Amino acid sequence: MENSTETTNKERIITRLDDTIFQGKVSETDGVDSNLSQKYRMTAKNVNVYYSETHAIKNVSLSIRENEVLSIIGPSGCGKSTFLRCLNRINDIVVGCRITGEIMLDGVDINSGELDVVELRARVGMVFQKPNPFPKSIYDNIAYGPRLHSMVNSREETDEVVYSCLRQVGLLSEVEDRINKSGTELSGGQQQRLCIARTLAVKPDVILMDEPCSALDPIATAKIEDLIDELRTEYSIVIVTHSMQQAARVSQRTAYFNLGDLIEVGDTGEVFTNPKHKLTEDYITGRFG
Amino acid sequence: MTGWTLVLLVLALSSVFYFLAKRRSLRVATTVGGIHKLHSAPRYYGLVAALLFAVPAMLVLGVWLSIDQNIVLKIVLTEYFPELNWESQVDVNWLTSQIQILAQTGRLENIENSEVLNAAADRYQYLTSLSETLRNASVLALGAIVSFIFILFISARLKARPIAETLIQCLLIFSSLIAIFTTIGIVLSVLFEAISFFRIIPFTEFMFGLEWSPQIAIREDQVGSSGLFGSIPLFTGTLLIAAVAMTVAVPVGLLSAIYLAEYASPNVRSFAKPALEILAGVPTVVYGFFAALVVAPYLSDFGAYFGLDIAHESALAAGVVMGIMIIPFVSSLSDDVITALPQSIREASLACGATKSETIKKVVFPAALPGIVGALLLAISRAIGETMIVLMAAGLAAKLTANPLESVTTVTVQIVTLLVGDQEFDNPKTLAAFALGLTLFVATLVLNMTALYIVRKYSEQYD
Repeated sequence: MENSTETTNKERIITRLDDTIFQGKVSETDGVDSNLSQKYRMTAKNVNVYYSETHAIKNVSLSIRENEVLSIIGPSGCGKSTFLRCLNRINDIVVGCRITGEIMLDGVDINSGELDVVELRARVGMVFQKPNPFPKSIYDNIAYGPRLHSMVNSREETDEVVYSCLRQVGLLSEVEDRINKSGTELSGGQQQRLCIARTLAVKPDVILMDEPCSALDPIATAKIEDLIDELRTEYSIVIVTHSMQQAARVSQRTAYFNLGDLIEVGDTGEVFTNPKHKLTEDYITGRFG
Repeated sequence: MTGWTLVLLVLALSSVFYFLAKRRSLRVATTVGGIHKLHSAPRYYGLVAALLFAVPAMLVLGVWLSIDQNIVLKIVLTEYFPELNWESQVDVNWLTSQIQILAQTGRLENIENSEVLNAAADRYQYLTSLSETLRNASVLALGAIVSFIFILFISARLKARPIAETLIQCLLIFSSLIAIFTTIGIVLSVLFEAISFFRIIPFTEFMFGLEWSPQIAIREDQVGSSGLFGSIPLFTGTLLIAAVAMTVAVPVGLLSAIYLAEYASPNVRSFAKPALEILAGVPTVVYGFFAALVVAPYLSDFGAYFGLDIAHESALAAGVVMGIMIIPFVSSLSDDVITALPQSIREASLACGATKSETIKKVVFPAALPGIVGALLLAISRAIGETMIVLMAAGLAAKLTANPLESVTTVTVQIVTLLVGDQEFDNPKTLAAFALGLTLFVATLVLNMTALYIVRKYSEQYD
């Protein structure tokens, strides 16, 4: 109990610090004490991304705290997804993609070689825009990660992980009777929840979500949004979204990107009701983007 | 005027009619108040006129060419050889060729020019040229009349565009029908010959007999005069060689497909894929002497070194070379299947913390498996139908064995040997080739259809 009050106090300090930083400059980590930054799960500092000749992300510094949902909004092509895909190095597989700058996960630079990319991805899970279950059974979809990382050693342990993950995403009652059917036979919303369950099964610290609801209907979207809110108690979540309503509903902090620049980041309520920057205001009020 | 000149003339004239019709439609347009008042664009009026000229002309030409020789010959033969026995194909064919040679060259070798033959040749020549003139006239006249009538009817309300679309559609259907009817024709001709084979040799003996020795005695008193037509040794030989080929081609082809699809950089890929496909472009006869002159002696020596007795014409040598030949089939088709998988499932696997090789083993390969199986079946049917390599490198003696070091023969090799040289078409030895061909055709057809079914079923999953 004592510990948790301490944490909240520290977080309050950080929030205040953030607020003062935001008054002057966008870059949030510039003035932050390194001791304090430990409360950040991930910290990106001066990140630049180039696709061949294109400068996709320009000198972005942004942090993700424990147990928060950070939403990234901005017009199409502004680099939201690119930035997200740097956080678990899934951009490595894109030919001609080059990343500079520093991205820390719990104080370790993810690009330094100190942290193996496989371990990084196990700790920073990702949910994609289009539901992409493997053409395997629902059971095998979820058991895939734990089996890879030898987190389970027996059928019983696997069962436990699979069922608890399915329960967590509210899919268990819906698929219990067809758990050995292919994951591709589920509806779009169910598939996306299956993909979230698959990510949870690896027990990550951070979950990246790249427009997870853009292919779903409003009811499925509402279910996923509720789920995101529940997951916040255990994980840090970064969600890229096109829907400002969604960002307002699910996130505690919001970052606004435009043309590869981070324009503004702050508490979601602040950003939406009292944006500091003209561009953000234009985007939020619908005059642009 | 030969047929080709006529075809060129028809094409030239149809373009003339194109411009005539187009000009007429433009003139009609000026009287009704502009091109936009016409139902269709002027080029459609031109197109219809051109098609209405060319299509009937070509049809008449085709029909004429297919029947005029028969009619002319029939007239000549009935006129000058009333006593000719039409039942005897040999007599008719002989006379026909004599008359044709005489008409073309003016003399005959080995044979005295008889009065009747000379007269018949003259008559033949006259009738042929008459037929040609009539043909040219009717072809051009019919096309011109049809097209001209259309041009007369051009008005602002004439719906030329739908007519043109229909005519073009008919052309397309006609082209595809040619391919289909050719296939049907081939199947039927093989089928009828095979049926007449089965009248002589029972179907069960052919399908289940264990001995193949298609020698039929010419004289009654010859030893071993009855041929044996059991096809089992041929099919086991074919399967044996195909199995050896697949043992070579599947691992090499699949591994290179995985390298190309998953590991190779775009630069390497753009160079390596065409290079692999060059293998598919090497004529099989080249593979054949590669097998017979390089691989077979090498294997034989190699075997002797280890105390193995490998025949000079072993199934192994033919199979290995055939395997090399079908590597590009396996690798290229599998590569297409693997590349067609959505990138998203690879990303999903990597995001779970899988390495690249784990992703390939556990996600990419299982997902691509149905398509790969389809590719393998296509490769097998290619291996079974392959002739040249086995003809040169495998043996001729039909032996029922599963040992790849021995000499075996295949269905295709036997078909070739049965049909090479002089033969009669009422002899079971010759007819056996058609029975073998039919069986082979059915076998590869079933394989191909299974392959296509699997590939199609699989591709539905991701589209």
